[in-house]
Amino acid sequence: MRSKLTVRLIALLFFLLPFLSIAGEKGTETDIKSEIKAYIQHHLEDTYDFGFYSYTTDEGVHKYKGFPLPVILWDNGLQVFSSSKLHHGESVAHVGDAYYKLDHGKLYKTDAEGTINYDEYHHATNVKPLDFSITKNVFTIMMVSLLLLIVFSRMAKKYKTSALPSGVARILEPIVLYVRDDIAIPNIGKKHYKRYMSYLLTVFFFIWTINLLGLTPLGINVTNNIAVTFCLALLTYLITTFTAKKDYWMHIFWMPGVPKLMRLVLAPIELLGTLIKPFSLMIRLYANITAGHIVLMSLIGLMFIFKSWLGSSLSFVLAFGLGILELLVAALQAYIFTMLSALYFGSAVEEHDHDHAH
Amino acid sequence: MEIPSIVGAGLIVIGAGLGIGRIGGSAMEAIARQPEASGKIQTAMLIAAALIEGIGFAALFAG
Amino acid sequence: MEKLIEQFSLGLFFWQLLLFVGLVLLLKKFAWKPILDAVEARESDIKEAISAAADAKKDMENLQADNQKLLKEARAEREAMLKEARELKNNMIESAKSEAQEEASKLVAQAQAAIESEKKAAIADLKSVVGELSISIAEKVLREELTDKAKQEKLVESMLDNATLN
Repeated sequence: MRSKLTVRLIALLFFLLPFLSIAGEKGTETDIKSEIKAYIQHHLEDTYDFGFYSYTTDEGVHKYKGFPLPVILWDNGLQVFSSSKLHHGESVAHVGDAYYKLDHGKLYKTDAEGTINYDEYHHATNVKPLDFSITKNVFTIMMVSLLLLIVFSRMAKKYKTSALPSGVARILEPIVLYVRDDIAIPNIGKKHYKRYMSYLLTVFFFIWTINLLGLTPLGINVTNNIAVTFCLALLTYLITTFTAKKDYWMHIFWMPGVPKLMRLVLAPIELLGTLIKPFSLMIRLYANITAGHIVLMSLIGLMFIFKSWLGSSLSFVLAFGLGILELLVAALQAYIFTMLSALYFGSAVEEHDHDHAH
Repeated sequence: MEIPSIVGAGLIVIGAGLGIGRIGGSAMEAIARQPEASGKIQTAMLIAAALIEGIGFAALFAG
Repeated sequence: MEKLIEQFSLGLFFWQLLLFVGLVLLLKKFAWKPILDAVEARESDIKEAISAAADAKKDMENLQADNQKLLKEARAEREAMLKEARELKNNMIESAKSEAQEEASKLVAQAQAAIESEKKAAIADLKSVVGELSISIAEKVLREELTDKAKQEKLVESMLDNATLN
């Protein structure tokens, strides 16, 4: 009972923390609006350091709480330096004989003064070096990978001593079995599902964990980066393509049971369809999580715009409700991604019975 | 007169919303008719809704 | 769309690809394979145990049916044996009875024969005794009578009468 209460208190604290981080800001109403907008925009972007929160002191100095992460650049040789040198875009980093500066969260090569040139669309025209930095998102991916590795390898070890699940495995085993029995087997079939289990399980737990972490006030937002979802969708596409059987290709390029002329028309459409499938996977995950984060943060931001007991508490209730909904969405998107991946794998290995008319 | 892309985005959202609504409604009816098959119906509903949602998002971002 | 492409970060993609593929391979080796194998082994164990239990139940049922049959047979046998014994007993009693009757009648017949012969002997004895007695009496009487001539005559006559009557 006591531990339950503690968990609830911690959960409440987690919900409240983001409010605290904005609460420190001061200004007039329009200032607050633009500040909230900038804050949300900032939240959606990847950063070079791991920031917990930032505030402005009465003297107008920006204070950042967090820790720096390594910046790794390929710019006429490998350049590695700490992101603390970038000073959150407030000054130019001097590394070796090159100068780098952050502009709107992106890193550009500049001259010694840190001049950034813009074109007519207000896009920076400076050179962008090849950037392999351990950014906040990369750092989070590493931590999540490590977490999953530790939790599941420990869980696997327990099975060596006893066939029955114990500890954390009691919660995780039903989920693993759910992925196997309700996602993999019905969609792929009993014959082939084993080859795909590792990918499906990893994708499911990876997306779920990272989505859940995105709801904590740590400000993590990995799955609302198009690069991350693109990578996951690309892997699904590659696995589908490279494990596909003859039947799969035949149904794309030369469909049985369809008039010859129609086959010529349908082939490019079907081929395009194979690309649209992973594309929609990528967009779905990205858009759902991004939209969730924007709406949730906007609702939290509304509290500081209303500045009245009624309005603020109403937006708090809304934000709280949406937060719970986002918990569902976090699991649902992981489920949908895994489910559709399994569906595509299933279509790749499906063996059709050509005696029937299609 | 040029129609701004936000109007197109709105139309897409209306379409996708109607589609997902229909799927949800039909799934509810199906579950009411066959409560024992609710698990399978839910799965099929989620997949269909996700597909429409995906197309909706894709069109939204393309617009 | 342009916004998405602009937002695309090659570095993040590179790290995600590297880390995720590494994660899939590592988890496959250290987690998913052992976990799924263990679960599958357990499931097949359970399946085997269930089928073994069903087999045992079937065996048990067969055994029980056999037992029932044996019991029935034993009961029938006992019934038959009892019946036989009863019959035997009856027969024995019957035969004993008849034998005894025979014996008894035989004995009775023997006894009767004995009695008859005894009777005859007794009668013969009696006759002889009576004869002797009568002779002696007759002698005495005769002696007495013969003393008197007339009486002698009379006696002879009466005796002769009697003799013819006898």
